[in-house]
Amino acid sequence: MEVVIIAILGALMVALHDGSPPPRTPTSLVVVLPEAGGKVGTVVVNPGQAETRLDTAYAAAQIGQGAPPARSTLSEGEVGGLFAAALAARPMPPMSFTLYFITGTDEFTPESKRDLDSVFGELKRRPSPEITVIGHTDRIGSDADNDRLSLRRAERVRDDLITLGVPPEVISIAGRGEREPLVPTADNVDEPRNRRVEISVR
Amino acid sequence: MCTYRALVGLALAVFVAAATAADIGQIKTSKGGVTIERGGASLPGTVGARLQVGDAVKTAADGSVGITMIDNSRLSAGPNSVLALDRYAFDGTTHEGQMDASLRRGTLSVVSGKIAKQNPAAMTVRTPNTILGVRGTEFVVKVED
Repeated sequence: MEVVIIAILGALMVALHDGSPPPRTPTSLVVVLPEAGGKVGTVVVNPGQAETRLDTAYAAAQIGQGAPPARSTLSEGEVGGLFAAALAARPMPPMSFTLYFITGTDEFTPESKRDLDSVFGELKRRPSPEITVIGHTDRIGSDADNDRLSLRRAERVRDDLITLGVPPEVISIAGRGEREPLVPTADNVDEPRNRRVEISVR
Repeated sequence: MCTYRALVGLALAVFVAAATAADIGQIKTSKGGVTIERGGASLPGTVGARLQVGDAVKTAADGSVGITMIDNSRLSAGPNSVLALDRYAFDGTTHEGQMDASLRRGTLSVVSGKIAKQNPAAMTVRTPNTILGVRGTEFVVKVED
């Protein structure tokens, strides 16, 4: 009888541990941080059983093996200590510049021609800088036409940047069409602030 | 109908090509020992190194690394860490995409970008014993064995 039980236990352990020696059980700790503006996001912890939502500043969950996540709230100092190196290694936040166009054209307004210069300052500040040029339109015209116009605007700015000395391989382009208006409007509204190109430097 | 199907097929082909062939991010900060494990090879994880789907970024006991993805998500790891970029796709026009990364060990700081902003269900970070759904934006994770 004992032999049978031991055999069953043994088989169970093999099944559970996949034949390898008993694994060390890892634990995971996750902590949600406030953004620079004070807003706090949300992380949903799902170790396989019930979900745990973390959505307040420094809310933490420790996840071990077999037990439900243990919740707590850490201090800013504790997080700074435990994660000092990872936080110090954060890349600089990407930065966006916005240039505006004269209606229905890919010609800049005179102010925007000058703003292009400040992009170069940002490029010099960054290690291995990259640029994404993102074209946007207002809501006049069809979606398909606006996708094309927004991409044409992005191409135009990419060409300008190359002429000004930015290496082509660091520039990518995208056309967002009318999906991301700076100023929300009804369809077919002429809104100069939405006819723009965003230069995102990362 | 046929035209519609052809268009969907073409769109999918473009999406898949964008997801597999292109660079998905770049190393922006690198200190101490940092390597990129790619298909059995170990490449130097220096500033400017470009990353692809399937890469694992490893730091030594004196290492740390910071990565900016093409959707502006930022991932940075402290010493003795292994971070794998398991799945990644990002469409610059629609902002639709998917990002699954795993921290096998060590410490990780995450600032989510455009993928999670467009679709709060589109980004996950895994550890050996849990899955984190990233609704945005800033958090840290530590895995200890």
